Amino acid sequence: MSASILQVRDLHVEFNGVKAADGVSLDINEGEFLAVIGPNGSGKTTLLNLCTGYVRPKSGSIHLDGRAITGLTPRAITRRGVARAFQIPQLFSDQSVLDNMMLALAAKDGLWTMVRPLAEPARREEATALLDLVGLRDDKNRVSRTLPEGHRKLLDIAVALALKPRLLLLDEPTSGVSTLERFSLMEALMSALRTRNITALFVEHDMDVVARYANRVLVWNAGTVMAQGHPDEVFKDERVLKNVVGVA
Amino acid sequence: MRAILLIVAILAIVAAPMAAPWLQFVLTMAVAKGLAALGVAVLLRAGMISIGHAMFVAASAYGVAFLARAGIADFGLLLVLSVVITGLAGAVVGAFLIRYRAIFFAMLNLAVSMVFYALFAKLYGVTGGTDGMTIPVPTVFGIVLSEPTFKAVLFYGSVALMVVVGLAVHRYLDSPLGHALSAVHTNEVRLEYLGVPVWAVLLVAYVVSAVLAGLGGAIAGFAIGRVVPDFAFWTASGHLVLVAVLGGIGGVPGAFIGAFFLELLHTEAAAFTDAWNLIVGAALIGVIMFLPKGLYGLLTRSEVSAK
Ligand SMILES: Nc1ncnc2c1ncn2[C@@H]1O[C@H](COP(=O)(O)OP(=O)(O)OP(=O)(O)O)[C@@H](O)[C@H]1O
Ligand SMILES: [Mg+2]
Repeated sequence: MSASILQVRDLHVEFNGVKAADGVSLDINEGEFLAVIGPNGSGKTTLLNLCTGYVRPKSGSIHLDGRAITGLTPRAITRRGVARAFQIPQLFSDQSVLDNMMLALAAKDGLWTMVRPLAEPARREEATALLDLVGLRDDKNRVSRTLPEGHRKLLDIAVALALKPRLLLLDEPTSGVSTLERFSLMEALMSALRTRNITALFVEHDMDVVARYANRVLVWNAGTVMAQGHPDEVFKDERVLKNVVGVA
Repeated sequence: MRAILLIVAILAIVAAPMAAPWLQFVLTMAVAKGLAALGVAVLLRAGMISIGHAMFVAASAYGVAFLARAGIADFGLLLVLSVVITGLAGAVVGAFLIRYRAIFFAMLNLAVSMVFYALFAKLYGVTGGTDGMTIPVPTVFGIVLSEPTFKAVLFYGSVALMVVVGLAVHRYLDSPLGHALSAVHTNEVRLEYLGVPVWAVLLVAYVVSAVLAGLGGAIAGFAIGRVVPDFAFWTASGHLVLVAVLGGIGGVPGAFIGAFFLELLHTEAAAFTDAWNLIVGAALIGVIMFLPKGLYGLLTRSEVSAK
């Protein structure tokens, strides 16, 4: 078994009495593609918010490579190699698709130049290559606000990839993406993860996608991990079928 | 096309006082206000409106007056030192204010500027109170100049400074840091999740904007030969916002177009009528309703349709 890069231990958080994380413990192992499934409102997005420092846990700890990151800001955690794509895409909506990408690339390695332009040839090329990968080449010069929802999701994912993370957290990457584009997106994503040695966790509602791509599944329910294991086993579990797959 | 238009405009500015000498002062003041308005426009990129930037205009002009009183006579040195002082003031004030957004940012800038105003006005023994302080004619490269000669030097120097500083600010806005500044306006959450320290992006912008206002203030001080507390009064800050919005914040030339337009309009209108505010108000309404990108938007629009 490979080394765990993220260790979550006994996290608790609640919002107005709703326990969004109720004693959660989990590990993400190097190189795996871990799916998180669970009914609406069960706390999946909250888990990502906790792991990236957007929400602080009431108690519990999170370690990245054995070092505590509990209580750090999203910025500090990002700097340690964790990138995130959001359930609702978080883009610079007044800027072009290409500028969104180039800003992400610059944030990774060259924000502090006031002299050289954002659109340096090398950066432009790298950005275009990433847009190619997720299938947004034709949208390159569009203002990102004008993109259809599915393409906004794709751009959000490409932006996260631009940060060259070690760990990528994806919140429902295929929601809003048409069924037609869904599997080509997943194929592109899988190959990007493999060639770049990126470990990933993804929240997903589409069970076909989960069954086909995940190495391991965490089943989430009411703020806790209800079951986990290989997709084949998990999807045989009666409780999972009743509580999650039927509902999701 | 746009570059050619800008070059022609600059040449016209340079040549104008030869035809009409009274224009020299008006145009020097337009450059000064354009620089200060450009400072306001830089912050507007991040969606942050400062109704207090006249405090940096005043700080710099008072800086020149104090330094001159202390015995520094060289034009270049006075300019550089006063701008450095303003940059430091910008760093201190900015460190407190960049945490705030929207109306809170606008109002806190206003509040701090009123403190500056009150200090300049009340510390009679130091600042001369509402009488202000005189700014003597400085030496240029060690040469003692007559007042008219210095005013001519100041005018051409200001125009040169406008070009150089304008190009530098253009570069800044086109750099990753400048784009990050615009991104503050649209999505701070994403910026944090790119690992970008938003506070640092804003602090750099705030210092840049203060330095620009300071440059404008020093030039205005030299041109008028005196600095008074009214330099920092809130209506002066409001005027800078007006200039920036009128000219358009889409590009660096906008602030200068706004400033030249208003200064010339003011001089012309004041000669015929006292309805100056009415005219400016009407012009602003027209621009906001029909030219959301300001007067500069007219230029960029023709550029696009020409393609
Ligand atoms: N910042 C917050 N403030 C208040 N309540 C919150 C906050 N974040 C999450 N919640 C609540 O916590 C619970 C879990 O929400 P969360 O968004 O994590 O669920 P989810 O599993 O991602 O759901 P979905 O499948 O709809 O995306 C919900 O009841 C939600 O209303
Ligand atoms: Mg969610």
